[in-house]
Amino acid sequence: MELVDENKLAKNKKRNQAIAFWIFRILSYAVVAILFVILSFIIIKGFSVISWDFITKMPEEGMTKGGIFPAIIGTLCLVGGSMLFAFPVGVFAAIYMNEYVKAGIIKKIIKQMTNNLAGIPSIVFGLFGMSLFVNKLGFGDSLLAGSLTLGLLALPVVIRITEEALKSVDNTFRQASLGLGASKWETTRRVVLPIAFPNIITGLILSIGRVSGETAPILFTVAAYFLPKLPTSIFDQAMALPYHLYVISTSGTNIEESRPIAYGTALVLIFIVLIANLLANGLRKYFGKKVKMN
Amino acid sequence: MKTFYKKFSEKFIEGLLMLSGTITSLTVVLIVFFLFKEGLGVFDKKPVEEGYVIALSKSNPLKTLSSEQIKNIYDQKITHWSEIGGKPDSIILFRAEDISNFYSDEEIGENFEGLSTCINRLVDSLPDIIAFFPKKYLAKDFKGHELTVDKVSLKEFFGGKEWFPTAQPSAQLGVLPLILGTLWVSLGAILLALPLGLAAAIFMSEIAKDNVRRIMKPLIELLAGIPSVVYGFFGLVIIVPLIQKTFNLPVGETGLAGSIILGIMALPTIITISEDAMRNTPRAMKEASLALGASKWQTIYKVVIPYSISGISAGAILGIGRAIGETMAVLMVTGNAAVIPHSILEPVRTIPATIAAELGEAPNGGLHYQALFALGCILFLITLFINLAVEFISNRKQHNKH
Amino acid sequence: MYNIESKNVDFFYGASQALKNINIAIKPNTVTALIGPSGCGKSTYLRLFNRMNDLIDNTKISGQVLIDGEDIYAKGVNVDSLRKKVGMVFQKPNPFPKTIFENVAYGLRVNGITDKKFIEERVETTIKQVVLWDEVKDKLKKSAFELSGGQQQRLCIARALAIQPSVVLMDEPTSALDPISTAKVEELIYELKTKYTIVIVTHNMQQAGRVSDTTAFFYMGELIEHDTTKTIFTNPKIERTQNYITGRFG
Ligand SMILES: Nc1ncnc2c1ncn2[C@@H]1O[C@H](COP(=O)(O)OP(=O)(O)OP(=O)(O)O)[C@@H](O)[C@H]1O
Ligand SMILES: [Mg+2]
Repeated sequence: MELVDENKLAKNKKRNQAIAFWIFRILSYAVVAILFVILSFIIIKGFSVISWDFITKMPEEGMTKGGIFPAIIGTLCLVGGSMLFAFPVGVFAAIYMNEYVKAGIIKKIIKQMTNNLAGIPSIVFGLFGMSLFVNKLGFGDSLLAGSLTLGLLALPVVIRITEEALKSVDNTFRQASLGLGASKWETTRRVVLPIAFPNIITGLILSIGRVSGETAPILFTVAAYFLPKLPTSIFDQAMALPYHLYVISTSGTNIEESRPIAYGTALVLIFIVLIANLLANGLRKYFGKKVKMN
Repeated sequence: MKTFYKKFSEKFIEGLLMLSGTITSLTVVLIVFFLFKEGLGVFDKKPVEEGYVIALSKSNPLKTLSSEQIKNIYDQKITHWSEIGGKPDSIILFRAEDISNFYSDEEIGENFEGLSTCINRLVDSLPDIIAFFPKKYLAKDFKGHELTVDKVSLKEFFGGKEWFPTAQPSAQLGVLPLILGTLWVSLGAILLALPLGLAAAIFMSEIAKDNVRRIMKPLIELLAGIPSVVYGFFGLVIIVPLIQKTFNLPVGETGLAGSIILGIMALPTIITISEDAMRNTPRAMKEASLALGASKWQTIYKVVIPYSISGISAGAILGIGRAIGETMAVLMVTGNAAVIPHSILEPVRTIPATIAAELGEAPNGGLHYQALFALGCILFLITLFINLAVEFISNRKQHNKH
Repeated sequence: MYNIESKNVDFFYGASQALKNINIAIKPNTVTALIGPSGCGKSTYLRLFNRMNDLIDNTKISGQVLIDGEDIYAKGVNVDSLRKKVGMVFQKPNPFPKTIFENVAYGLRVNGITDKKFIEERVETTIKQVVLWDEVKDKLKKSAFELSGGQQQRLCIARALAIQPSVVLMDEPTSALDPISTAKVEELIYELKTKYTIVIVTHNMQQAGRVSDTTAFFYMGELIEHDTTKTIFTNPKIERTQNYITGRFG
């Protein structure tokens, strides 16, 4: 140890640490800065475009003027439709996996398959939705086909979040209820689900944010390039916000003139995601406090 | 009676739950089935459009040609029969629409009644001709011989350097440029995202005060929530022009633009997963290092990072997986040229972008359609492989802990 | 001359006081056992000697802690050098995710030693010192996780000794070990005191009796009694100590 000059060593260590930490700090702030650049760019550019008319009017003059009403409605329908499918099925699947199936080969397989499904790229869902729902089952390009495709995409997310929520419910609750003679389903419904409910809802909101921005799965299952009327049945095609943004910013003859519309559409999309995130975080905090108080 | 009813509903609900539980597995199986059923159909098809024939003169000894040879002949890259093992004469190209160069309108007829006779005579008279025309104009007593074209082969598909599925007379289905384009862009993305992501993860888990972390965490989640079209749009209006100006390029839609956008999109995955892994380092292990006189930074790079390395690699690999499967953002910023890229400043085209761009125009069930499904199969297999790799790595880590 | 002294030490976690006016003096080359019921502040006190509590936010210390006559909480003290002088062994074996060799060499490396030969020699002598050499000499390049719990703990002791501290702190070093490994570690502690000053926290009265020269009994943040181990165990001056030792509470 006599080999080393203590003071010099200490100085060196301090300097290296200071340099390293500063680099990390700067790079981390750079990540945050990227987010802010993207957000502020779209908010600033899109803000002047947003108006009541923009949100409630049909597109006009080759989508260079007017509003994006049908795209908003289309996206709402798709989100609603996909959640109508994914939410119950996903929650049920999670209940099955967490409360019913015993650890073993079946559970393993289901888990593995759910993981695999989660890893499949969204464009592959698009291919699948097109060949199964649109062609094989003959739904055609329709809200039904699009919702089901998006629903399948959202399914692993809903399952994972619900499972986590169920897992965090203390086992003593279950034992107490079962001990009182309640059946498994009664226990799940009356005891486990109410406790897990806040987390499940939080997850649901996050997956809504997710689904509303997906484009690739709806390209060939529902999305219409330009359709100045609202869908009237589940077998109708519809416009959708993300596809609309894609179309008016990349194709068509008047990309330049429709730029403002594109900024506005991007802002509406961001707005949905922002609201979903804020809501989810808020709920998490709110319920978190509530649970602690009990 | 009541207990019977209760028992029944209990069983019914369990059945319902089980059904829901199997849906993900069922979906995966169905996806594999539909994807591969259509995708593998490619290898059962000929690259020449159905209803068309390619014919040679009787005197020409060649019996079959590959799709690449046909294309090169029609692109006049091959101009002599000798280049593909025939006579030393130069090749005469013929397509049905060229017929008016050889015969008068009367001979052809107003509704092409005479077309088959004309083609027949032409092929008979020109020994060096190669003729491409609709099958319905093939005369009954055809004097030339029909060329047999090989089915699309695996080698052609995976080794072919050209993707041009709508090429006439013979479609080119080489996926090499698309695979390379995908890997190229994803690799660039990860090279950009990894240092940034790791730095942010280290900062959040080891350096930042708790309140700073509490602010950063939801921001990173937000970054993950932004839809990919919005990233694409941002790339299109900001990054692409920036690249064009900076490097003085004819177009800014390049592999680099794709890598930058994909890199940003991969950040949340890398940050969240590696931060989680690092936070799982036992406190006592860090304290042991500090108790030996190590600085905090020494502890991070000598203990925390080695301990969480499998989690960090899982994050990086998943990030690559996300990048490989990403569609819209790439479609919007990479320029989509289906050629093997030589630099990051050239347009490239990825597999997902190709599917998204072309499926709308591909006739249902045709060769092109099936080829796009085959691309889907490749994508599916790559991402499956990545998922399994990540699982393998994470499992090994758990094994290590005990 | 005392190796460790604490004078009027108070310690706070936020607003709650964990240690109240502790005065202890420890001679060189002795083993001191800290005993007392759970939560009485033993670990907190032990971790003052290498300033480990600095890592916890919102803590406050007053009074003086002297090691070799130097106030370790004075301004300008080099904490890294202090920690080099005061080694620590933890409750559970916690080797680093490195090879057996690198675990022991770690302290040397982070303290700027690069001489390969020197490191090799030091690692070997230290592993021999903890009587682990015969068990690991053929697998120095293997991961430390491959050792048994008892072997890992002896490795962790070697890791702490390799930088030749003058004081070794041990916080319940055998509580996660089986009886045989425990006996080996205790034997080791007994031998080590010829070279080091050792402070050990333990819940095991027999262990305290077997290995220590003096014993300090803590209760609710206060030092109740500090005397030779023999006195504490056979003839304590304070009744509370007596009660604790004979197992009437705690
Ligand atoms: N990080 C901390 N933050 C706040 N309070 C703490 C912290 N660590 C310990 N305490 C409190 O300080 C008191 C002393 O704790 P300490 O860990 O020193 O007890 P101990 O005697 O070592 O107990 P044990 O025998 O269980 O290890 C306890 O009341 C404990 O709750
Ligand atoms: Mg303790």
